[in-house]
Amino acid sequence: MQDPATALTLPDPLPLDSGAELSPVTIAYQQYGALSPGRDNVVLICHALTGDQYVASPHPGTGKPGWWDRMVGPGRPIDTNRFHVICTNVIGGCMGSTGPASESGDGKPYGPRFPVVTIHDMARGIARLLDALGIERLHAVVGGSMGGMQAMAFASDFPDRVERVLVLASAARQSAQNIAFHEVGRQAIMADANWNGGDYYGGAHPDAGLAVARMAAHITYLSEAGLTEKFGRQLQARPDGSEGTKSFGFEADFQVESYLRYQGSGFTRRFDANSYLYITRAIDYFDLAEKHGGRLADAFANTTARFCVVSFDTDWLYTTAESQHLVRALNAAGAPVSFVELSSPFGHDGFLLETPGLDEVVQGFVG
Amino acid sequence: MNVPKPSALADLRPDLAAIAGTIPDGSRVLDIGCGQGTLLAALAAHKRVDARGLEIDPARVATCVSRGLSVVQGDAERDLTHYPDDAFDYAILGQTIQMVDRPAQVIDELLRVGRAAFVSFPNFAHWRMRVALGLGGRMPVTPALPEAWHATGNIRNLTVVDFRELVADRGAHIGRCWYFAKGREIGEFGANLRAEFALFLVERG
Repeated sequence: MQDPATALTLPDPLPLDSGAELSPVTIAYQQYGALSPGRDNVVLICHALTGDQYVASPHPGTGKPGWWDRMVGPGRPIDTNRFHVICTNVIGGCMGSTGPASESGDGKPYGPRFPVVTIHDMARGIARLLDALGIERLHAVVGGSMGGMQAMAFASDFPDRVERVLVLASAARQSAQNIAFHEVGRQAIMADANWNGGDYYGGAHPDAGLAVARMAAHITYLSEAGLTEKFGRQLQARPDGSEGTKSFGFEADFQVESYLRYQGSGFTRRFDANSYLYITRAIDYFDLAEKHGGRLADAFANTTARFCVVSFDTDWLYTTAESQHLVRALNAAGAPVSFVELSSPFGHDGFLLETPGLDEVVQGFVG
Repeated sequence: MNVPKPSALADLRPDLAAIAGTIPDGSRVLDIGCGQGTLLAALAAHKRVDARGLEIDPARVATCVSRGLSVVQGDAERDLTHYPDDAFDYAILGQTIQMVDRPAQVIDELLRVGRAAFVSFPNFAHWRMRVALGLGGRMPVTPALPEAWHATGNIRNLTVVDFRELVADRGAHIGRCWYFAKGREIGEFGANLRAEFALFLVERG
């Protein structure tokens, strides 16, 4: 049972791009800062693949601070003293919004019977949630990575409902390389015998597969320079505290191995493997130009919003070239657009971390 | 965070003030090499201009965005090609034409994306330059061009006369011109000798 203050069940079924319908649809969300009487100070933040609605408050499972705590809060660049921030958990997710682990009509979890959802479906779900909350128009929509895709989809599909669109470390289409990495992760999950075709909720979960998926993905969020600086070839100290040595076996000899194993196992405690399959699929299917005959500029033909696009120089997952592709389309559509490539050693994760110029750009753009 | 306030039009550098004084209210403007957005911010604040910028330096772009301006990080030569025809009433290229690889193509691009263009540059025929090169026998280092030949980004030194010729070559014409020396506007008489900087409004032919 969801806390009614942090989750809302939509009054109507949600039509999906696949042609299927999802019903009922619950969307879990968090709110920060007061809503203005005119309901015109709403900043919607969209989370990335493994994110959640806890953008600026502790995660209830892990107790860790919100994933963008440094950016969102009182006096922060997205200032909750001024803005009413809403962050939703995507449909297909596993933090309270309807997803593969949710109960279906027969009282059992959907599992593999959950319909494939798209980024546009996520945006449609958000629009329905805003309808239910009585919010007509957003001051801004902000997202990094997959969150940026949702922000673009929302701006394209609901052009009169948003005034500012901030897209960080994202792309208007998923690249072949990124689809390939996602497929490695999915295959790792599906190769785990516990996955059981997606029906595992009554028994052991495919944690080993999900951990490998996370480990592989985690590498893509960093950069070679960042990994070298953080770990180099340093060996991991032994559990008894003694100095690390090569085991001449397959222990986590190197610090980087130990780090990845820790990331992988930690992830399985907060994320559902089927959600990982469904959400990576949604990202892979994303190509904003597709509905517009391949002309990306046409996706923004009706928008009156201002756009700001930010890339990070060491991000090899969502590259500067992809951001520039988006910016050119926005220019061709005549939309007011800003673009900056910021310098960060942190690769794709640069948007989540302290990167010179980032706070200034976010605060200045959101206003 | 310190966000610079838009300057009053009268407080702008004289060449920028001349541009701001010429652009009608509500125009669509692209400032190429807009720096920290001094001109764009003033135009947006005082002339209700739809102000866009292109700037190569990411820190300056960040400052522009923090001022609420729409500025894209990019390069005059590489990125102008991605703007549609007639996207702007005015394209502005301030003190940059002497730094690009292909100035003629840049002029063409300015007049493709903009119906008219403002172009300013340091005048290499200013008398100080002539003295330094003609009598001194050295490449000039002056207040207008303060860097030595091996350090300067000015790879296409040109004069007022040269620029007029280039504009004619490209099938465009000069709508207006302004000349500056010692930070003030000067008259047209003997401009190719007296002007440290020149500003031209270039229009399609």
